[in-house]
Amino acid sequence: MVAVLAGRLLQLSPNQIDLNAILSLPNAHYLLGADDLGRSILARLLRGVEVSFTVAIVVTLVTMTIGVFVGLIAGFFGGKVDRLLMQITDIFLAFPGILLAIAFAAVLGPGLVNLMIALCITGWVSYARLTRGQTLSLRNRQHVQAAESLGASVPRLIIKHILPLLASILVVEATYSLASVMIAEASLSFLGLGIQSPNASWGAMLRDGVRYMLVAPHYVLIVGLSLMSLILAINLGGDYLRDKFDVRTEK
Amino acid sequence: MNIFKRIASFCTVIFGVLILTFLLIHLVPGDPVEVMLGESASTADRVQLREDLGLNQPLIRQFGNYLSKLSAADFGQSIHTKTPIIELIKSRYPATLKLAFLSLIIGLSIGIPLGIYAALKAGKWQDLIVTLVSVRLSAMPAFWLGPMLMLIFAVWLGWLPVSGMESNTSIVLPALTLGFGLSAILTRMTRTSLLEVLNDDYIRTARAKGLTEPNVIIRHALRAALLPIITIVGLQMGSLLAGTVITETIFSWDGIGRLLVESIEKRDYPVTQACVLVVALSYVLVNLFTDILYRFADPRVKFAS
Repeated sequence: MVAVLAGRLLQLSPNQIDLNAILSLPNAHYLLGADDLGRSILARLLRGVEVSFTVAIVVTLVTMTIGVFVGLIAGFFGGKVDRLLMQITDIFLAFPGILLAIAFAAVLGPGLVNLMIALCITGWVSYARLTRGQTLSLRNRQHVQAAESLGASVPRLIIKHILPLLASILVVEATYSLASVMIAEASLSFLGLGIQSPNASWGAMLRDGVRYMLVAPHYVLIVGLSLMSLILAINLGGDYLRDKFDVRTEK
Repeated sequence: MNIFKRIASFCTVIFGVLILTFLLIHLVPGDPVEVMLGESASTADRVQLREDLGLNQPLIRQFGNYLSKLSAADFGQSIHTKTPIIELIKSRYPATLKLAFLSLIIGLSIGIPLGIYAALKAGKWQDLIVTLVSVRLSAMPAFWLGPMLMLIFAVWLGWLPVSGMESNTSIVLPALTLGFGLSAILTRMTRTSLLEVLNDDYIRTARAKGLTEPNVIIRHALRAALLPIITIVGLQMGSLLAGTVITETIFSWDGIGRLLVESIEKRDYPVTQACVLVVALSYVLVNLFTDILYRFADPRVKFAS
């Protein structure tokens, strides 16, 4: 958040090209040096965080909505519906890691929107699994059964009596998924499938850094160290939230 | 009985994977033929490709053809080079297997000893350091670790080649990239499962019998702790396989992951489709195998011997 604010306040020009500064070392004008097109690395890193956060928040919200919806239906109704929906999640889980997102991003074509679509199509599964498991046990809790026997409708049961109890678990899951979406976005951009130039993206910057590693090792080093700090920061934040909200840490 | 059930669900999953990879080419926005050939292609070429890919037929018929071709190990041919895709996969897959296997060995040989060490020093500063480093290291993606290792060992120290496959030592950096991530997870897993076992009664008995400490750890505790480790290794093979896509790209390692990325860059979608299918099938098979292995390896039977 500090990075996003800083980026906004400083009114940087992450796309401004300075041909005299190509791959220049950190100096007074370019605090972290310049990239292969003479653009300020600092400005591009800050803009990249902003883009990455936006992607992560949008994708997390969409996948959470879809996943929770599917999970609630599967867990609440059980039986054939549950089996069918879980069979579908099994199929999505049969693709290791971000392979499926790579495949979708590949056929949809590069670009910010397609990248988000690819991440949404593949990201809802973990929420569906989590919600379904919790709903299965919540379904048989006494307060749900009591409400049901009093004639509460299905939407009311789900929204008033089950969803509130899922909230804390979902918040924790969401912070982890923010981190993993950011990493997935960076991986896809690293492969050239995500955010396209001239938009800034840490994944693409790291790839350019690798490309110019022999002439300008500071480029890849700066982007790499920044990425490391960012991921550590997000993980520490996630751990903090988990300690605050989650009872599962006990095990 | 359980195993048969597992195999049945395995078959449905495989079928689903086939449907999903089949549909990939139909998700291309607009006309896939146009996207693949580019705007400059002649009408004759387009008609030919549409015919070759069978895109004129009804979807169900296309899927049927896809399945019957696959059952004869026919993945079609590359759009650009016209090479049969099965040949491409045959030539690239061994490199990926070699890389994955070496990474697994690196992961195991760092992760398990380190995990044992951390468990034995539980609560002390050595344990804290090992746990902290492994937790944080396992959060770092391959596309970060790879370039960093490359920068240190190839560019600055000059010990190893930057990329390619020409030299015998070319495999070291990509294998370390994948192996480190795996070792971090294995360290944590070994530590946790060993700690659980170390408080059990039979370990106290073994110690009370006067067995030496290495004997207690290796012959008694580690044997029981190994089972969850097998499962983790099986599950991690998946991220290893997916990790090869990025790692192979970083280090120009000519495996199936790089073939996938190259095919995407060239919009050679039949190749993309085949690579995704092959990697997903490998993953599912490894998981099934781990599962069966785990069910057969009942710890109580072992301890009776």
